[in-house]
Amino acid sequence: MSRRVFVAGVGLTRVGRNYAKGLVDLAAEAARKAVEEPGLTPQALIVSNLLGQLLDKQSLLASKIASSLGLRYRYAVRVEAGQASGAHAVITGYTLVASGLYDSVLVVGVEKMTDYPSATVTASLSTTLDSEYQAMYGLTPASYAGLQMRYYMEKYGVSRDELSEWPVLMHANAAENPYAQFRRPITKESVAKSQVVADPIRVLDTSPVGDGAAAVVLAAEEALREAQPRGTDPVEIVGVAGASDAVATMLSELDRLPSVALAFRAALRRARVDSKEIGVAEIHDEYTITAMLVIEEMGYADRGKAAKLLAEGRFRPGDKPTLNPSGGLKARGHPVGATGVYQTAEVAMQLRGDFPGVKAGDTEVGVVVSSTPQAASTAVIVLRRT
Amino acid sequence: MEISPAQPWRTRISRYRLVGHKCKSCGRTHYPPQPVCPYCGSSELEEVQLPRRGTLISYTIVYSVPEQYRSHSPLVVARVRLDDGTVVDAPLTDIADPSSLKTGMRVEAVFRRIVEDGRYGIIVYGVKFRPVLGSV
Repeated sequence: MSRRVFVAGVGLTRVGRNYAKGLVDLAAEAARKAVEEPGLTPQALIVSNLLGQLLDKQSLLASKIASSLGLRYRYAVRVEAGQASGAHAVITGYTLVASGLYDSVLVVGVEKMTDYPSATVTASLSTTLDSEYQAMYGLTPASYAGLQMRYYMEKYGVSRDELSEWPVLMHANAAENPYAQFRRPITKESVAKSQVVADPIRVLDTSPVGDGAAAVVLAAEEALREAQPRGTDPVEIVGVAGASDAVATMLSELDRLPSVALAFRAALRRARVDSKEIGVAEIHDEYTITAMLVIEEMGYADRGKAAKLLAEGRFRPGDKPTLNPSGGLKARGHPVGATGVYQTAEVAMQLRGDFPGVKAGDTEVGVVVSSTPQAASTAVIVLRRT
Repeated sequence: MEISPAQPWRTRISRYRLVGHKCKSCGRTHYPPQPVCPYCGSSELEEVQLPRRGTLISYTIVYSVPEQYRSHSPLVVARVRLDDGTVVDAPLTDIADPSSLKTGMRVEAVFRRIVEDGRYGIIVYGVKFRPVLGSV
């Protein structure tokens, strides 16, 4: 490639139950904030959303959102890659600008999950498994996390108590984040006592259901020069990578997420960044066990040791890397198709210095690691302060 | 949910009889059967009857089940390593006491009703696994 690509604006909505707002309303709220910052009109729109066709019965979502946002006739498509849709949408937007096709792209991730009862939403999320051999048998993403968690605890001798450090840290971080769904600290005791979802997974090991939208404006230097930015320095996307795998990792051991390691290494190579330089990372903690495996695939802990490092005090605000200062999927929330755009906006704000919650220590280089609970798709984005 | 009869019908042989693919190039087997070997990319594949016994790699007891399985809650699901090394994911059945389950247990495949679709009346059958008698 080609041209340098910058995050010129960001916009977020608070994640939560929002019966009064539909997909377009939420998208508009996030998009307005993101476009206001650089003061330019995007030339194209990439939308990320997972459940709209199933729950809202809405296809052609990008066309609908484009014309609703005053972007009629613009190039507009939806990107879907399960729970990693948002970060893949950012990568798609990045390639449109880097290639020279467009000077500025608006990327909007949006999800509505709370209009339906949880059993219906669970059934919809099961479309991320194999529909003929797994979902049809009643398997769910949570049941896979249950298989992973039991396997990990037995293989490495990791206790319930050690794993509970993660949701406690996520809630502590989210307490400062005005966009987070949950802003109430929890204790390890409450995690261990919470309702069983898929033994040994408890409710407080799982990310919540919520509605939300996040938006970023990606722009080339030419577009930024013509715009009237509001004063925050744009942040550069210096490396991107994606990797896919079989749905539900029937090809891998239960303690492995190979697409995470592959995409992470490839993105760092492209960014010419060493993992030691990363100051802040927003990673995919859909379940507590997912976070542990992602940390290990990124190389920040030996196999089976992520929970122990966490229990020793690693990865907290100020550490390098600081993990999920937003509160992560667990506490900031996980409006599934939008999450990767939330993560991108959050890391960009950390590097700009204006994230309105907990601050990471070193904010020179940041990374987004977005995946699915079984790493059937991973997208990694490396950002650097300019 | 609506299950069209065509979907479970298309996959009935592999699902009822545990038929997978064996790659003639690299020798590995996989399930469910794919048109191309997921390990080496070869199209030189043959159908293979997989062993019907294996051991539990992991299992979980699921209380939060999808809407059409509400009457099946709690569901016990597992990852099984069949005796030839092929990995299969499936529900477990005939478990009187879930606390008796242990990883490494011997299990065997049995033909069972999986789910009924109220709307079109389709009953989907398939394979579940149960503890080998005498092993619990």
